[in-house]
Amino acid sequence: MTQLNRRHFIGTAALAGGGLALGWTAPGTVFKALAQKPIGDAAAEVGIWVAIRPDDTTIVRIARSEMGQGTLTGLAQLVAEDLECDWSKVKAEYVKPEDNLAKKRAWGDMSTGGSRGIRTSVDYVRKGGAAARMMLIAAAAKKWGVPASDCVAEKSVISHTPSGRKLRFGEVAAAASQLEVPKDVPLKDPKAWKIIGQPVKRLDTVEKLSGKQIYSIDVKLPNMLNAAIAQCPVFGGTVKSFDADKVKSMPGVHSVVAVGPGAVAVVANSWWQAKTALDKLPITWDEGEHGKVSDASIAEFVKSGLDTKEAALGQKHGDVEAALAGASKKIEAVYGTPFLNHATLEPMCCTTKVDGDKAEIWVGTQNAEGALAATAEELNIPPTNVKVTKLILGGGFGRRGMQDYVRQAAIIAKQIPGRPVKLIWSREEDMQHGYYRPITQAKLVGGLDADGNVVALHARIAGQSILASVAPSRMENGVDKLAFQGWLEDEFGYMAIPNLLVDMGVRNTHVPVGFWRGVNHNQNAVYLECFIDELAHAAGKDPLEFRRAMMSKNPKHLAVLNAVAEKAEYSKKLPDGMFRGICQNSGFGSFCAAVAEVSVSPKGKLKVHRIVAVTDPGYAVNPDQIDAQVAGSFAYGLGAALYSENTIKDGRVVESNFDSYEVARMEDMPQVDTYIAASGGFWGGVGEPTIAVCTPAVLNAIFAATGKRIRSLPLKHQHLV
Amino acid sequence: MAMFKLKVNGKEQSVDVDPSTPLLWVLRENVGLTGTKYGCGVAQCGACTVHISGEATRSCQVPISSLKGDVMTIEGLSADGLSHPVQKAWLAHEVPQCGYCQSGQIMAAVALLKQNPKPSDADINDAMTNICRCGTYPRIRAAIHSVAGNGAGKA
Repeated sequence: MTQLNRRHFIGTAALAGGGLALGWTAPGTVFKALAQKPIGDAAAEVGIWVAIRPDDTTIVRIARSEMGQGTLTGLAQLVAEDLECDWSKVKAEYVKPEDNLAKKRAWGDMSTGGSRGIRTSVDYVRKGGAAARMMLIAAAAKKWGVPASDCVAEKSVISHTPSGRKLRFGEVAAAASQLEVPKDVPLKDPKAWKIIGQPVKRLDTVEKLSGKQIYSIDVKLPNMLNAAIAQCPVFGGTVKSFDADKVKSMPGVHSVVAVGPGAVAVVANSWWQAKTALDKLPITWDEGEHGKVSDASIAEFVKSGLDTKEAALGQKHGDVEAALAGASKKIEAVYGTPFLNHATLEPMCCTTKVDGDKAEIWVGTQNAEGALAATAEELNIPPTNVKVTKLILGGGFGRRGMQDYVRQAAIIAKQIPGRPVKLIWSREEDMQHGYYRPITQAKLVGGLDADGNVVALHARIAGQSILASVAPSRMENGVDKLAFQGWLEDEFGYMAIPNLLVDMGVRNTHVPVGFWRGVNHNQNAVYLECFIDELAHAAGKDPLEFRRAMMSKNPKHLAVLNAVAEKAEYSKKLPDGMFRGICQNSGFGSFCAAVAEVSVSPKGKLKVHRIVAVTDPGYAVNPDQIDAQVAGSFAYGLGAALYSENTIKDGRVVESNFDSYEVARMEDMPQVDTYIAASGGFWGGVGEPTIAVCTPAVLNAIFAATGKRIRSLPLKHQHLV
Repeated sequence: MAMFKLKVNGKEQSVDVDPSTPLLWVLRENVGLTGTKYGCGVAQCGACTVHISGEATRSCQVPISSLKGDVMTIEGLSADGLSHPVQKAWLAHEVPQCGYCQSGQIMAAVALLKQNPKPSDADINDAMTNICRCGTYPRIRAAIHSVAGNGAGKA
């Protein structure tokens, strides 16, 4: 079973290669790029990150994508801090990928995933703000004929300290824009921060309350057509034939077009007309070689990875085999988690217009440079001939880092030159043609000594590799290190365990897999933190104390665990019928711990009442948005724990919509108490890390309530009593 | 194709569409109001929620030929898009993340509060069945309670 079909492979080459595929240089040339051309509304560009209008309106350039995670606002806060501008004057504006291309990637990497939006841009965007401040001060000093060192900036006003004279940013921006961007740019001490660390309001809320926010599904252009697409239900299959004549005369239909080997689209005046005709279009599929694959065959295949001798190594120290042989008690358990679709509420969509050797696209994407590259590649035109308008995403969660839908839009639009074509996937297409969270199982074996201490731990993961599927260039010596998220030395919280082995029997199926919010931490944290609970139980120890005893080498992990125990009042007894579970995890550069409080009714109905979570992201840019991300990640994680799964029958995904692929709703949502324990000195991610502590905390609480260990998800299949 | 007349946000519209076209797509593609979103097409997600004669309704399930009553969409909730008490509460609680579901959430909340000005948590669970993949549920709940004057957001 496996492998990569062509479309799949190219679809990801642009993602993986990003700008490198185009020969772009790495970021780092930020301050060489001089941008002296004034832009619209008489705003003067002061460096490349900031443009200021005469009325002091401050436009901060944002290279990353906003998909709800708050990065747009957070990045603006970072720039504004060292700029010393008045926050109330700040507006955010996207950098266009074609401008980034033209300026040799002056704005750095635009791709937005892996909770990197802030943490990997923090240095150069802060310097961008600081450089602009220095230029503004220099322009004011020049005007006054005084040394710049006698001037300070605060809240968009420059003051000459000795004389008390003042100039607003807007009054000197034009002059400042003519100055050279300084190279030596010191940054403020974190102790002096006034905007970073504040729960300022998001910059992108108002339009989302009135229906005015334009997402890619809302794009409307003159002379535009709409496309609905059907892809071969079996991954890797192709279109054998379709009978366009049967639908060509239906209302509004413009044309029926092949979209590569595996899909066909109806193009019509409106999307509803396109969809109606597509539903009537006779299509014969060649299902290819995977038409017989089922859940059972996949489960068997994955399971074979639990015992194979050909395992990829994750982490190893000590001698696990010998230590297990000498252990007083040996515990073993097998866990498993299913494929999961991202199910962004806005399905995949992209509008593309092809004019000769030029193209323009309008798209919500986590990787605008990848979208540009993919469009250029698909149309075989120079990358410099592609323009991209980035739109706010109706959810990303990793799905919109892929370029499959962007490529399809290019293929369709190429066949209708001169007219923009908006491709919208139906929910059913979106559900059945995702890049799913990989299916995996894990066999965990732990050894305890006579005092109940862990002397050895072997975690064997079996299942699908994301990198092998979508970014093989990121494999290290053939190993997908990402598959071990949470289990490698930089993230694993129990390095004091003397003998440790983590390895993986890779089992790639024909189902495409991808980056799903939290990526492999989701299932790996369940395996680790639930099994640690199993070991604690076997040792007759309290789960918190048991963990603490193994965390001497991991003070940051321990600190959040201790903090969550305190915040959740772990030592206090809960009311009758309520039970708690605890866990911790580190990922995406941050440290998290959670306590879940649940009850299970005599009939086995679970209620998650509350989750208390502590996060240490190093520095916290916007506490209110961190709170939103923590609660949001729990909704996403809890939906998966309770209900969601994608199953495979006859080579295809069975679930087609939210009636069969259930997700968390209001009634499922517990109270979430978020605490930020920012310890400083590093920049961790926020969008994803906490999702990993949701499910293990709940599962451990279920065990406390019922004495029953749940090792397979989703919970809807489990009888809790 | 046939001509249909409908009243949307107080304004008469006439559209020439197939009678089976759902109100959702008539609003989006013929009337030109894209604030009402497509999420599932099967009345599961609530992103397409509008008011028909004041009732919260999933517009993907209303063929234009069967539409009876005046339609209000998110665009008609307030003149400036901000001044309805529910919109104000959404802003104060910073509810939206990606924002895609929020038109439907707001329309559902407005209908709930009209019917039941002091909803309990259980009432909110029953009425607010719209999907939010970003997981803004706690803030939606708090915002509804704040409009209802239910203190800090606990019923």
